[in-house]
Amino acid sequence: MIDLPPEAWEALTLSLRVSLVATLAAMPPALWVAHLLARGRFRGRWLLDALVHLPLVLPPVVTGFALLLLFSRAGPLGAVLEPLGLGLAFRWTGAALAAGIMAFPLIVRAIRLAIEAVDPKLEEAASTLGSSPFRVWRTVTLPLIAPGLLAGATLGFAKAFGEFGATITFVASIPGETRTLPAAIYAFLQVPGAEPALAGLVGIAVTVAVGAVLVSNWLAPRVAARIAGR
Amino acid sequence: MLELAITRRVGGFTLDVALEAASGVTAIFGPSGAGKTTLARCVAGLERPDAGQIVLDGTVLTGPGRAVPPHRRGIGYVFQEPRLFPHLDVRANLLYGAPKGTDPGAVARMLDIAPLLARRPAGLSGGEAARVALGRALLRAPKLLILDEPLAALDRRRRAAILPYLERLRDTGTPILYISHAIEEVARLATTLVLLRDGKVVAQGPVGDLLSDPEVAALLGPDQAGALIEGVVAGSEAGLLRLDTALGRLEVAGVEAPPGGKVRVRIRAEDVIVATRRPEGLSARNVLPCRIAALRGGQGPGVMLRLDAGEGRLLARLTRRSVEEMGLAEGQDVWAVLKTSGVSRMDVGR
Repeated sequence: MIDLPPEAWEALTLSLRVSLVATLAAMPPALWVAHLLARGRFRGRWLLDALVHLPLVLPPVVTGFALLLLFSRAGPLGAVLEPLGLGLAFRWTGAALAAGIMAFPLIVRAIRLAIEAVDPKLEEAASTLGSSPFRVWRTVTLPLIAPGLLAGATLGFAKAFGEFGATITFVASIPGETRTLPAAIYAFLQVPGAEPALAGLVGIAVTVAVGAVLVSNWLAPRVAARIAGR
Repeated sequence: MLELAITRRVGGFTLDVALEAASGVTAIFGPSGAGKTTLARCVAGLERPDAGQIVLDGTVLTGPGRAVPPHRRGIGYVFQEPRLFPHLDVRANLLYGAPKGTDPGAVARMLDIAPLLARRPAGLSGGEAARVALGRALLRAPKLLILDEPLAALDRRRRAAILPYLERLRDTGTPILYISHAIEEVARLATTLVLLRDGKVVAQGPVGDLLSDPEVAALLGPDQAGALIEGVVAGSEAGLLRLDTALGRLEVAGVEAPPGGKVRVRIRAEDVIVATRRPEGLSARNVLPCRIAALRGGQGPGVMLRLDAGEGRLLARLTRRSVEEMGLAEGQDVWAVLKTSGVSRMDVGR
């Protein structure tokens, strides 16, 4: 086992919690948006498409700043949430929100590709076999896109795990509360003689990132195989 | 009983049909682009007509201000492609639309797919997949079954192999709307024939009557024309099947059927030879006395003859030249000559 100082372990467990919550919370809206983009025929679809991709192209610090403006005590959303004890600014939940938003485009993309690969003719056949639109979705669409959902979640988790810019702008880097693994790496960089701990954290970050991509790549052909029925 | 009168415009094409389909197999026959599939999809609720209504067994499915969604119509639909669910095995595919607790055994045996129940659709041949799709639609216990060219994606040999299963399906008594552009399928399966062309019904009636009508034959195209003869197997010997038909005794080759079994045979108009005297010293084994009931010449070099023998009817296609030289006319007694092999395997069914 790598010998790491306690604050490094703290950053790792916090990061795991933040990315897990971020991914799980992002999945339902991502599924919904992916459906709209893959199947929806409505005005303003291009706008939704652009909006979803925004976190991918904006400088993360700008995304973090926007979140700060919205959720700070004086911000329009923060003013409502803070008195309820649900404030996000400078909390780990805020870190999860920032990570979730940054991961959102990747998750939507993976799910959207899976939905687009489902043959609508199968859904039509299911409806002639007596299935309501919801049952068609549950018994045909969902099983066929399940590997795509997993792939999206894996990629999203990796992205959330590595998120730095938006997070540190929005919730700063408070040890034990918002100092995620990337923030901890940055902090250790400022400390002389912290090279061993730094190396350990970097190793973990690389392992998680590479592992997620490998899992995602392993799942991707299985989406295709499942849909082709091989 | 299905009653409909609908119009639907798609691009520059207009479907405007009114028809009734009682029990048995109602074949919607026409060339591609005639509007057959649009009609079928409107009946199933997959498309909405612009106007008109569709009534099944007294229930309005489509009408002014009313559109029952496909899953509540109780109509089974077999598409051109099998459309099996790739993530389910054959058993789960068969039971997908079936009422809870249904045993797929009997239907699976009827369609010879019982050994495939544990297989995935991707491992099936085209013919097997087509049979699973038939079984799946049938197990849903539909009030009406729409078969939309279920054989179109198969090659000729597989088509011939599936037709007997469609005959079994017909014999279950489920009313069937059979969409096809292949006359031999229609001749084998249909009780009622609806001829569709350019979005309009140009003829409809009992299939036997329509197929032996020279006017209808002209609509089908001369090489598609041929009368439908129903017969009972009297016996067989040396590879020849003896049939008792309304025309008299017929011998056909290349077909097997048990004695006493009912058989329908389509005799193509091109395969019938007409003689004014009883021919002798001829290898053809079917020589039938008949009377020319109708004679119809078109624009082309051919003339279509309806020959009646008792209750039976034949169609014969001759050249205008022959008709003139032989002096053939309506009401004349002639002999129809038919080779035993003049009936192709595709054209014989139950």
